[in-house]
Amino acid sequence: MTVLIGQLFTGVSIGAVLLLIALGLALTFGQMNVINMAHGEFIMAGAYTTYVLQQVITAAGWSLLVALPVAFVVAGAMGVLLEILLIRRLYARPLDTLLVTWGVSLILQQLARDVFGSPNVQTRAPELLTGNIALPGGITVANNRLFILALAGSAVVALTVALRVTPLGRRIRAVVQNRDLAAVSGIATSRVDRTTFFIGSGLAGIAGVALTLLGPIGPTMGTNLIIDAFLVVVVGGIGQLKGTVIVAFALGVLQATGEYLTTLSVAKVMVFVAIVAFLQWRPQGLFTLRTRSLA
Amino acid sequence: MTTVARDPVTAAEPAPPPPGEPAAGPSRHRFRAAAGFAFGAALLFAVAPLMLSDFRLSLLAKYLCVAMVAVGIGLAWGRGGMLALGQGVFFGLGGYAMAMHLKLADAGPGNMPDFMMLYGQLDELPLWWRPFASPWFALPATVLLPMAVAFVLGSLVFRRRVRGAYFAILSQALAAAMVILLIGQQGTTGGTNGLTDIQGFFGYDLDDPVNQRMVYFIIAGTLLALLALARHLMHSRYGELLVAVRDGEERVRFLGYDPAAVKLVAYVVAAGMAGLAGALFVPAVGIISPALIGIVPSIEFVIGVAVGGRATLLGPVLGAVAVAWARTALSERFPGTWTYLQGLLFVVVVAFLPGGLASLVGLARRRGGEPRDGLLSRVRRRRAGTA
Repeated sequence: MTVLIGQLFTGVSIGAVLLLIALGLALTFGQMNVINMAHGEFIMAGAYTTYVLQQVITAAGWSLLVALPVAFVVAGAMGVLLEILLIRRLYARPLDTLLVTWGVSLILQQLARDVFGSPNVQTRAPELLTGNIALPGGITVANNRLFILALAGSAVVALTVALRVTPLGRRIRAVVQNRDLAAVSGIATSRVDRTTFFIGSGLAGIAGVALTLLGPIGPTMGTNLIIDAFLVVVVGGIGQLKGTVIVAFALGVLQATGEYLTTLSVAKVMVFVAIVAFLQWRPQGLFTLRTRSLA
Repeated sequence: MTTVARDPVTAAEPAPPPPGEPAAGPSRHRFRAAAGFAFGAALLFAVAPLMLSDFRLSLLAKYLCVAMVAVGIGLAWGRGGMLALGQGVFFGLGGYAMAMHLKLADAGPGNMPDFMMLYGQLDELPLWWRPFASPWFALPATVLLPMAVAFVLGSLVFRRRVRGAYFAILSQALAAAMVILLIGQQGTTGGTNGLTDIQGFFGYDLDDPVNQRMVYFIIAGTLLALLALARHLMHSRYGELLVAVRDGEERVRFLGYDPAAVKLVAYVVAAGMAGLAGALFVPAVGIISPALIGIVPSIEFVIGVAVGGRATLLGPVLGAVAVAWARTALSERFPGTWTYLQGLLFVVVVAFLPGGLASLVGLARRRGGEPRDGLLSRVRRRRAGTA
């Protein structure tokens, strides 16, 4: 039983990381149909922002707190820049955005290598987040994992509230549901796109800050995570957040369980097979917006 | 998808012949194709071996293997609109099948490959290695195994109308899963190192430059054969259908065809080509490893195709060879610069020159009086853009 709950928590914390990364993608992929492979490098940018801030603000706790908003803005600004320079020209060609942003991600990785050096760097975690909490029943939970779970949870809540309540959220939803109708209703869709891209990329920055608590920071840290995050969005269904949330945790738990029962490598293959099987059942993902379009 | 939906040569062709028969274009085009073929064969079989040193020739052999993968991607992506980002998987399946056989042949009957002894976890050859001792199993497997995997994945995915970006991401995830699996099963697959140090090729010593030359000729011949196959497919009724599916899948469905089957054929053929390329890569280079087949190499296969011109026959081949050559030339001396350049290549070519270098040729040709931007081509381009 203890083992079971322990595994469950491992799965949930894998899911939380996935969720943090996939949230931004759900926004950019979901709303704009843009497959941004450079999302992983925005994560990296968030992580390096944390690293740089820690050189300036030596108290690990404060630097982490400051890093959250700063990384959001840094990654978001990079996203807006990308949108203005490239993606805007490619909205009609979603597959080509994938290749173009892959090129951008190569450039950003090399840039990180040139600026920070190829070897990985490490940040110090604040003391509060280094220990474990013992729960009743002999279960221990790592503080940093708990923090990431809380961060992912608050990101989901904040995003949901923003989408449901604020005027900006209303505009974003309108554009997702029917871009043309939104445009004729007087919504400046291109400005909404840019804002959405800012938020989505900014969330990648936040994910980057969270990842500094789990491991070293390196130029290729984003690449390894991005595929899993894309799978989350594909399986969750685009245009809505709840699919992303459910699938992130489901995949996390599946991964952890598979890893526990077999090995990491077999678990990865299991997850892939499960996804293909799932798409047989629901090819559009778990939840989809109902539209009348054929595509 | 692309602005060079069809090049002027194919566009001028009359109505396709009934299925089952090879496309008989106007004799002028056939003659031109035959002449081009003869020219390519002369270049590959006579000029290159005479001009290049043994070292350069073996490099060229490696590039030509990449070009074979590119021919398949050109078919699946350029003509079929399926962005296959996991061709490394099929390349790897072919490569590993070949390498397993060659390792077993190197070890001699009844012995285990050297690396298995090294890791020392096994007392005897694993069951799934055993059939590969026979060339009658291993050689067909290099092509059929990738085709089978592509068939299973493709039929599951295309039937449920998973397409576009979804398909691209899935194919990429397949590459990720395969690499992790290979690395994880180190005892039987060689892990990160892969299968290395392959000595012989069906009784011929691969260290001997003469035999390396023979491998080069086999590769060059195979590439030409694959090109002929791709040309045949592209110019057949099936090729028309494939382009139609790319540009308007729903329309093709409403006309009574099954788009899933059409896409499946192109995807499986592309997988077979990649498998063959992987199988020939092994004797040419002497190694197959996860680093050669993962997400990054898989997407690098695509960039050559994009640079050359994805929807053309020769574009992918020339682009793949050019990019591979540039990588060798630049990455040895300036590794960082090459990464920047490669990134820029992706950005510039795909964003601003989606037809690849082939579209520059087409532009130059169109100057000669043919209608440049007629209504039809504009409509077609818009279609392609939203497909």
